[in-house]
Amino acid sequence: MSNVMIVGVGGQGTLLASRIIGKVAIKAGYDVKVSEVHGMSQRGGSVVTYVKYSDKVYSPLIFEGEADFLLAFEELEAYRWLPYLKKDGKLIVNTQKMDPMPVITGAMKYPENILKKIKSKLSDVTAIDALSGATEAGTVKAVNIVLIGCFAKNSDVDKQIWIDVIRETVPSKFLDINLKAFEIGYNS
Amino acid sequence: MKKLMLGNEAVARGAYEAGVTVVSSYPGTPSTEVTEIISKQYDEIYSEWACNEKVASEVAIGASFGGARSMSAMKHVGLNVAADPLYTASYTGVNGGLVVVVADDPGLHSSQNEQDTRNHGKASKIPVIEPSDSEECKEFTRLAYDLSEKFDTPIILRLTTRVAHSQSLVEVGERVDYKLKDVEKNPGKYVMMPAMAKKRHIAVEERCREIAEYGYDCPFNKMEINDTKIGVITCGISYQYAKEALPNASFLKLGITYPISEKLVKEFASKVDKIYVIEELDPFVEEFCKSIGVDVIGKDIFTLIGEYNPQQIRAAILGEALPEHIEVDEEIPVRPPVMCPGCPHRGMYYILKKLKLTVCGDIGCYTLGALAPLNSVDYCVCMGAGIGMAHGMEKARGREFTKNVVAVIGDSTFIHSGITGLIDVVYNKGVSTVIILDNSITGMTGHQQNPTTGYTIKGEPTKNVDLIKLANAVGIERVVVADPFDLDNFEKVVRTEIEIAEPSVIISQRPCALLKTVNYGAPCIIEHDKCKNCKMCMGIGCPAIFVNDGSVRIDASQCNGCTLCMNVCKFGAIKKAGEECE
Repeated sequence: MSNVMIVGVGGQGTLLASRIIGKVAIKAGYDVKVSEVHGMSQRGGSVVTYVKYSDKVYSPLIFEGEADFLLAFEELEAYRWLPYLKKDGKLIVNTQKMDPMPVITGAMKYPENILKKIKSKLSDVTAIDALSGATEAGTVKAVNIVLIGCFAKNSDVDKQIWIDVIRETVPSKFLDINLKAFEIGYNS
Repeated sequence: MKKLMLGNEAVARGAYEAGVTVVSSYPGTPSTEVTEIISKQYDEIYSEWACNEKVASEVAIGASFGGARSMSAMKHVGLNVAADPLYTASYTGVNGGLVVVVADDPGLHSSQNEQDTRNHGKASKIPVIEPSDSEECKEFTRLAYDLSEKFDTPIILRLTTRVAHSQSLVEVGERVDYKLKDVEKNPGKYVMMPAMAKKRHIAVEERCREIAEYGYDCPFNKMEINDTKIGVITCGISYQYAKEALPNASFLKLGITYPISEKLVKEFASKVDKIYVIEELDPFVEEFCKSIGVDVIGKDIFTLIGEYNPQQIRAAILGEALPEHIEVDEEIPVRPPVMCPGCPHRGMYYILKKLKLTVCGDIGCYTLGALAPLNSVDYCVCMGAGIGMAHGMEKARGREFTKNVVAVIGDSTFIHSGITGLIDVVYNKGVSTVIILDNSITGMTGHQQNPTTGYTIKGEPTKNVDLIKLANAVGIERVVVADPFDLDNFEKVVRTEIEIAEPSVIISQRPCALLKTVNYGAPCIIEHDKCKNCKMCMGIGCPAIFVNDGSVRIDASQCNGCTLCMNVCKFGAIKKAGEECE
């Protein structure tokens, strides 16, 4: 059973990332469920999508202590959803920080030293500056593909399958930038 | 070959395979993709966005009477709007098969209430079918058309968010070659006047009895007998949670949750020691079981509120503790949804807040104006309600109070059900000020065309409703178009219209920032030697503006360069990247 949670801020491209992971899992021969978020909760809020693959998957959702992987697009979101990881689970986290509205309005504070705190609770943490990686690839919008690259490196699925799925999934005019972003994430 | 499909995509596929030729819907999360995918992938099917769910259902009913297989898709609250035609379509029955897809939203991911559509099924005596994954979404949709025609009834296909918006594997099939059925005059069946409807009611009751009987042995319901100590009766997504939680238990999985086969439930009850009914929201199946004398445990141990999950089921039935997990003991700031950077609504709410107005809001992205820091929207009930509520406030509290009240409504919502409220204001001598948010698209549900945009669901040019002429035609003599980013003018316009003792419409016009045609160019940046740190710019609630090390900054990866923050800065400290400050 592999349970993957993808968390981030609405608009960061978590949906596309979860669809890519879902398609890769099918090509690898698994039963797959992908659960998405649409509508109001998508508008700049905390978003979470789930990909589960195994011989047979029932519930499309993942709950506390059940995720094998947490792919976090933002530090605070990694921290928020950390309890969903298994104790020996793996976290890949983009080091980008985005203030939520209660922090912007001054009602609350963005927690300090999140990465350090996470590392004190979890041994398997990979932190990556995906925003710089995406900028290097040609667009800040490719943050999701940089993170997919990093996730692919940590998965047991052949690299070529990931590349094939990206080719099938992203619009052709953005393919080169996305493949570059994938390599940057893969080699990070 | 199996394909990974969203539940909604699989419903669309099922409609395609069943030979459906007419689909009319109004967008609403979590139902929107059913119709969107049909419009994009299946040219054999005529599809449209209707003005609202009532019209959409009437179009689908008309298509059915015309001999075609038809569909209408909507969210749960949309069914309230469509209830009038559907409750009587239950009496007329169908000619070509008719399926109404209704997507409930347990957990309120994107809705204003948590109502359970199965109650509508029972009240209207329309059968309710519930798939629990994408494969069933496709198959149940396809089979629902046979059922509709076999029993001469519309069918409600009830989805919930986690079925509609989860992807799982689907075995796709071929489209049947469905021939239009003949159209014949039959007023006894299709003209619902008292004399005819009385007779049809008898047929409807007979039909309910027959469908319940049919449920004993049909492709929608299934019994899985394993360990007989625990029996579970369940439906929809709850089946998946229960299977994960109790893999060895025996199951009665109901695909038809109204009407339910009494014989099937009693047979299952005879095979197991103890029965739990696991269903999200209302105790619909549970109450049926109890009504036929089958002893079940349901809402005594499960909540009426929100979504379920396997851990909760294990805890309730097996007494198992939650799995061990990492604890985070620090308070983590919540991240509620926000209006996007560059959203045209932000400028409008900035002014409404400044003027301290009472705002009767409506359903759409602009409902987010209720949240901090704009805190503008005071009331929000349902689609189109804002205008009627503003009028009601005026009648309750008088003219002076109304000088501080406005109704705010999106363009698509205005067409959906706001126009009738506006007519009511004029007809009944009200003086409400109504702000229509013309952002050139239906925003919240993900950019659908509507009658004000000038394009059909297929992107073909069509006539568009002229909101100015429409307002004039119903008797509004004061219609003003204003740009919500021109803050000084917008404030002046609002001040003028709320003062004047006649009804008026302000059209707040600026396109949605997410439209591809909108390009504001370079992001904005703050010149720190000019910035006085007054934080006025933070009052607009833009997610791209934040404080770092005590000074205000703009996140270039989020800013889309809309310049609203430049308009509120009194010190000229914000400029477009690459330009000089004014």
